[in-house]
Amino acid sequence: MSNVAIEARDLGKSYTLGLNKRGYGTLREAVVEAAQRPFKRGAGKRKGDTLWALRDLSMTIRNGEVVGLIGHNGAGKSTLLKILSRITEPSTGYADVTGRVGSLLEVGTGFHPELTGRENIYLNGSILGMRRAEISARFEEIVEFAEISRFLDTPVKRYSSGMSVRLAFAVAAHLEPEILLVDEVLAVGDAAFQRKSLGKMNEVAKEGRTVVFVSHNLAIIQALCTRGVLLERGEVVTDAPIAEAIDTYLRTLERSAATDLLERTDRDSRAYDETLVRRLEISGPSGQANAIVAGQPATIAVEVTEELPSMECQLTIANSLGQPICTLDSEMSAPADVRDPTLGARIECEVPALPLVPGRYRIDVIVKAKRQIQDGLQAAAFFDVEPGLVGERPTATAGLEGSVVLPHVWRLPG
Amino acid sequence: MLRPIEATAPPPETIRLQPTRGFSRVLAPRELWRYRDLAGQIALRDITVRYRQTALGGAWAVLQPIGFMVVFSLIFGNVAGISSNGLPYPLFSLSALVPWTFFSTALMLGSDSLVSNAALVSKIYFPRIFMPAGVIVAGFVDLAISLVILLIIVFAWGYAPSVAILTLPLLIAIATAAALGTTAALSAINVRYRDVRYVVPFAIQMWLFISPVVYPSSQISEPWRTLSAINPMVGVVEGFRWATLGTGNAPWDLIGISAVSAAVILAAGLAYFDRVERAFADFV
Repeated sequence: MSNVAIEARDLGKSYTLGLNKRGYGTLREAVVEAAQRPFKRGAGKRKGDTLWALRDLSMTIRNGEVVGLIGHNGAGKSTLLKILSRITEPSTGYADVTGRVGSLLEVGTGFHPELTGRENIYLNGSILGMRRAEISARFEEIVEFAEISRFLDTPVKRYSSGMSVRLAFAVAAHLEPEILLVDEVLAVGDAAFQRKSLGKMNEVAKEGRTVVFVSHNLAIIQALCTRGVLLERGEVVTDAPIAEAIDTYLRTLERSAATDLLERTDRDSRAYDETLVRRLEISGPSGQANAIVAGQPATIAVEVTEELPSMECQLTIANSLGQPICTLDSEMSAPADVRDPTLGARIECEVPALPLVPGRYRIDVIVKAKRQIQDGLQAAAFFDVEPGLVGERPTATAGLEGSVVLPHVWRLPG
Repeated sequence: MLRPIEATAPPPETIRLQPTRGFSRVLAPRELWRYRDLAGQIALRDITVRYRQTALGGAWAVLQPIGFMVVFSLIFGNVAGISSNGLPYPLFSLSALVPWTFFSTALMLGSDSLVSNAALVSKIYFPRIFMPAGVIVAGFVDLAISLVILLIIVFAWGYAPSVAILTLPLLIAIATAAALGTTAALSAINVRYRDVRYVVPFAIQMWLFISPVVYPSSQISEPWRTLSAINPMVGVVEGFRWATLGTGNAPWDLIGISAVSAAVILAAGLAYFDRVERAFADFV
């Protein structure tokens, strides 16, 4: 038996563009196009309609390696994972996968609400790739782990969300794949489930099995993975020990934050694109860009290409590793919020006293309108927080945990 | 703790993921066999879920054909006075409605099976044909229930099936082949073009009337009668009548043509399914 788990050679995946936003066309469009085709010269293969989500990717992953895939949105990370889990086929090249592949999925995928806990254990187990005999052999363990023995014959739709999560996880935890693929985007939803998933990944990795992990949270990737593969526009840019790969990625992130935001192609894949984020700027008390001081007011301004009715904005401040610190969401409105028609295509968010520890931060932005995500950009801007006073107290400078400073008062003996 | 499974587990296999051509996916017996447990679970799910939380449960399998039988007997049998070859119109129509309901339900639910399981299709690999096939397998349960009721009614009416009843498995096989071929194609088209959702209910109604459910095919003049058996449900419906009521001549000509036609539909449907299957996850 070789010790290679995944061997990819010249792997490529192309998508044909030109479909409408929902990703599927109507029969009418196809019929009309087919009818017009004889009259259009060379219409059969129009150039420029093909997007290569992945291009000439070659890599070898050995048994027991824990590999983190990093890169911008649209860099090809999820596509690669989809090919490896056989959900989609590559367009060129090949990948040899040795061993059973398992994926951690969003809670509830593969559950049927009308089925009982018992029935769902079998259904979900076999969906995740377990044999029936295996599920039967582990059945007691799964039930015990999920703590649902009393509700085994109750339809899952009557479960509390906590119970569903425990059950989903119990099944996933008893899956013993040789290769575990995890796409953070797929495993979202429930914080408790995500924590458990990370624990499971850690465990799988410690047992010497292979893990391929996609996440935007660089801190988690850094903690779990030993090797990092940085993808950019479907190609491998860096394949190195994890610290080095993350370092390279951070540098490309800062470079792209510095370029014109409209030129960026790594936008939120759910976006509707009617209006785009043109600029994101954070300015300090003097109104000067990038002179941000802890404990002082700060204003984050987002400029979009077009003003749409009832726009909403969501800003996530993350540390430089991408670990989110807080989210500011205009949909959670407060009485002091205003709608000002003179602002035009500009959204402003004011923080009266920025409670951040001195250091480097980044801002992710999502703009919504018409109940659609219009645009989303990660690391739209970076900024440095200078030391200052928070609640009349100097911010600690070194050696402390966390990124947030709370205004506070001590009562000490003496 | 002992885990006997791992002791017998074969060494890990290497699978090559590469662009495939031809009909290598749907017609890959090893692949289908590898996922046989999942196939069983999907079919079991479809059977279990179909009537769960319905007050009447499995009775629905019977109520639908019986309901149509009553309405058809009143309208086509009494008012319109359509010939039923000398048989009581209720028996005449019910013996046709039993296989027809199996077929139309399979089309209805099967054509939506990939789309309604989009979450699975876009996140997990398995042979996609299991989705439409699972719906059809679940339909066998309904078919069995309604077949039993049909036979009870036939006996109660003083009729008795002849040995011809032994041809039922063949007739069911023809209906299954036609249903699988058609739903495979429809469910695959539905992934790309949601128009299918609107076309199917309409098409099923049309199909009912081009099949000899409310009228006997003997009313059609030759050569059209024989040619109509290109619609596989013609052979199935006339065959069911002959097999369960024990009267009339064996419609072997119709059954033969319909069997060939069903085989062609099955092959074409699976071939189309296979051709587009690799792109499902990109569109669903």
